Amino acid sequence: MWGGGAARALTRALRRRRAAAALPGAAGDDHADLSFQTGLRSILQDCNRKRQLKSSGTLPVSLTEMKSNMFTVKRPFSTSHSSVDSKEMKKFQLLAHKWWDEEGEYAALHSMNDIRVPFIRDTLLSMSSNYHLGNPLSGIRILDVGCGGGLLSEPLGRLGASVTGIDPVEDNIRTADRHKSFDPVLAKRIQYKSSSLEEIVEESMETFDVIVASEVVEHVADLEMFIKCCSQVLKPDGSLFITTINKTQLSYVLGIVVAEKIMGIVPEGTHDWEKFVPPEELEHLLESNGFSVKTVSGMLYNPLSGSWSWTENTSLNYAVHAVKAGAPSHATDTPPETDTQQRSATAGTAGTAPEGPV
Amino acid sequence: SSAAMAALRGRPLRAPLGARLRAGPRAPLRSAASAPPLYDVVVSGGGMVGSAMAAVLGHDIHFYDKKIALLEAGPRKDYDHLPDSYSNRVSSISPGSATLLSSCGAWDHVCSLRLKPFRRMQVWDACSEAMIVFEKDDLDDMGYIVENDVIMSALTKQLDAVADRVEVFYGSKAVGYTWPLPSHGCDTSPWVQVELADGRRLQTKLLIGADGHNSVVRKEAEIQNIEHQYDQSAVVATLHLSEATDNNVAWQRFLPTGPIALLPLSDTASSLVWSTSHNHASELLAMDEESFVDSINSAFWSNINHSDFIDAAGAMFRSAISLLRPSGSAVRQLPPSVARVDPESRAMFPLGMGHATEYVQHRVALIGDAAHRVHPLAGQGVNLGFGDIACLAHHLSAAAFNGSDLGSLKHLLRFETERQRHNVSLIAATDVLKRLYSTTLAPLVLLRTWGLQATNALPPVKVRSHFSE
Repeated sequence: MWGGGAARALTRALRRRRAAAALPGAAGDDHADLSFQTGLRSILQDCNRKRQLKSSGTLPVSLTEMKSNMFTVKRPFSTSHSSVDSKEMKKFQLLAHKWWDEEGEYAALHSMNDIRVPFIRDTLLSMSSNYHLGNPLSGIRILDVGCGGGLLSEPLGRLGASVTGIDPVEDNIRTADRHKSFDPVLAKRIQYKSSSLEEIVEESMETFDVIVASEVVEHVADLEMFIKCCSQVLKPDGSLFITTINKTQLSYVLGIVVAEKIMGIVPEGTHDWEKFVPPEELEHLLESNGFSVKTVSGMLYNPLSGSWSWTENTSLNYAVHAVKAGAPSHATDTPPETDTQQRSATAGTAGTAPEGPV
Repeated sequence: SSAAMAALRGRPLRAPLGARLRAGPRAPLRSAASAPPLYDVVVSGGGMVGSAMAAVLGHDIHFYDKKIALLEAGPRKDYDHLPDSYSNRVSSISPGSATLLSSCGAWDHVCSLRLKPFRRMQVWDACSEAMIVFEKDDLDDMGYIVENDVIMSALTKQLDAVADRVEVFYGSKAVGYTWPLPSHGCDTSPWVQVELADGRRLQTKLLIGADGHNSVVRKEAEIQNIEHQYDQSAVVATLHLSEATDNNVAWQRFLPTGPIALLPLSDTASSLVWSTSHNHASELLAMDEESFVDSINSAFWSNINHSDFIDAAGAMFRSAISLLRPSGSAVRQLPPSVARVDPESRAMFPLGMGHATEYVQHRVALIGDAAHRVHPLAGQGVNLGFGDIACLAHHLSAAAFNGSDLGSLKHLLRFETERQRHNVSLIAATDVLKRLYSTTLAPLVLLRTWGLQATNALPPVKVRSHFSE
C-alpha cells in the first residue's frame, strides 16, 4: 500500500542517515578519527578541492599502500594511467560489508535489479536463437566490471551465465565471494577477482560475450580508456551494458542534494557530480571506439515505493546498450547511428511477468 | 469493520521491515562435505494445497532447473483404484481453481475420474422465504463438486510426471526449523534448515508452509494467528436421492443451528455438509440411518422456524422489489429429497476460523489453511488455498526469471499484500454471515431476509460475490 511503502522508505532513509553520521571509527591516528567522525562529507569536500587541481591520473593501485595512505589529504600526482580512482575506492571500502542488506545503504541498487536484469536478459535473448529452459543466459560469458558485492553478478549467474566479477576494492570481492559460497550453483558459475579492468585486459583479450558496467562509469577516472579496455576484452559483436547518471542540473539537485543529503537514498559522498556522464558524451565515446549504440533509455527511481521504472527522460539515470563492431571482414554498410533510440520493444516494461503457465 | 479488518491483517502500516527478519536460533555453518542437501523450494505439507503448490512449481518453465521438495507426514496412498462409492470428503472447486489445476495438467485427470459440475446455487433461510440464487448468465458451470481423493490422485500423477524436479518425501514429518539471520554480514548459513523426524536434514532457500490450520511452520516462525473456534462441527455423509434428477444445483439452507448443504455428486447421489452444534452433530452420527435421513429431509423442507411476522414482511419487500425490477427474483426450485445414506459415510469434524497476521517472512511463505481457515458455508476453503498458489507461483516464477533470490521478502510481500487484500474481506464476510444466520431473533432475521432478497435482485452484487474467481 502506498502509505506503508512511503513510511517504510522514510524510516529506512532516516535510519541510514543516522548510521552514516555515526560511522564507526577505525584504528588510526587522530586525523583519521576526525575524518571518520565528520563522515564522508569530508571526502566530498576533498573531492571539491581536488577538482580544481584537475589531476589526470591516480596512484598506482597497490592496496596496502592505499590503506596506509587512506587518511592523507594530499596525494602525489600519478604517472601511470588507470581508470580506477582511488578516492572512489576509499568511499566503497567503508561500506564493503553493507552490500547485502536489502534495506540498507544499497537498497536502491538491490531494487535496480528489477529493471536492469530484465533489460540485460531480454536484450540478450532477443539477439540469440537458442533458449535453454530455466537457464535463459546459459553459455554466455559475462564480465561484471565494478561488481561490488556481487549484487548484479548473482542474478545473472542464476540465469545461467558464467560471470566474472571484478572490483578494485578487495573487501568487496571478499564479501561477494563469501555471499556466493553458500549456493553451490552460484559458486561454480561466478568467479570474483580483485582487479581493475586494465589489469585483466592482457589475459582476457576478446573473451567475453557481454560486459556490464552498472553504476560504474560515473566513478572511473578515465572514461575513454575504460571504454577502450572494454572493447579489447569483448568479443566482436559482443554487448556492452552501461547504467549511469546524467550530468544535468536536475541530477545535481535530485541525485546529489536530495538523494544523498536529504533523503539518504545513497550514502553521502558516493557521487561526484563532475564525474557524471551525459548520454551524448557516452555515445560519442562509444561510437568512436568501435561500438554501435543500440539503445538508450532513462531510468527513474521512486523513493516512496523504493522501485525503479523505465522512462523516456534521460536527465537523471539512464541505461545504454551498445554492440562492439563485428570482425573486420564484416564491414557494415550503414554509418554508425548517433541518434538516441528508444528502448527496443522486446525489453518489456519494468518487472514484466513472463508468460508462464501459471 | 475497518478496525476489525486492520486487526485481522495484524501488521500496522508502519511495522518496520526489520521485524520480519527473524533472529531465531542460528543455523550453524557446516563444511561443504557434510552440508545437508540444498533445495530451492521446500513445501511442508502434502495435502491438496501443498501437493498442488509443488506440482504447479514443478511444471513452471522458469523452474526447469530448480530443485523442489514436498514433505508429507503420511504414507504414499494408492489413488490408482478409486472405490465405486463416493468419499464423504468433497470440495467445491471454483472455475479459477480448475484453471490452476489444468495449468499443471491435473484437471484432465480429474475429468477422467469423476466430478460433478453444477450450474446453480440456491441459498435460503429457514426463518423466512428469503432466497438467493447464484447462476451465470451464460448457464456455464459455476463450479464443480470433486472428491478430495480424486484431486489428490490427479496431483500425485502430475507430481510423478516431474519427479526429476520435485522430490516427494513420504512418511517425513518435519519436526524442527532453523531460521537464518538476514543475509548480510554473517558467516552462518543463509538458508532455512529443516529437520525431519528420522533425523535427516534439508536446507532450502524458500520454505512454503502448507501444513493446515495447526501449522507447525507458522508456529515455529512465531507468526501470530487470530483464531476462533466455532461452537460447531460439520457432519459429512454421502446420500442417495429418492429419484434420479439432473442434480446440477447446489443447495444450502441456513438453519438457526447452522447451514445444511447438499452438494451434487451424480444424478443419484449428493454429499452432505451440515454445520451444527457439537451436541447435535454427535446425535446425528449416533442415530440410525432412517432417523438420520428424516432429519435431513426435515431440515430442508420444514417451515417450523417461520413466523407470520417475518413471512409478511418478506412478502411485502418482495412485492416492492418486483415493482422496481420486474424480472427480479429467480424461480424457486425445490431441493431433492433424500432416500438413504451410505453406511459408514457419516463423519464429523470441528469448525473454526483463523487468519495469520503475516503470510510471509524472510524465506517463509504460508498458503492454504496454514494462512487462513474459514467456515465451509461459503464453499471457499480450498479455493482460497488454490488462489494463494496461483498468486505465489506467479510471483516466484517472475522472480526466478529475474534471477532473484527466491526467499527474498521483496516478492513475498507482494504475494502477501495481494492475497490478504483478497482473503481478508472474504473471511470476514463469511464470519459475519455465519453469525448473522445463527440466530432466530426477529430483527436480525428481518435484516438478513431483506438483505438476501435485495441481493438476489441486484445482479452486480450477486455476480461479484464468491463464485466469480
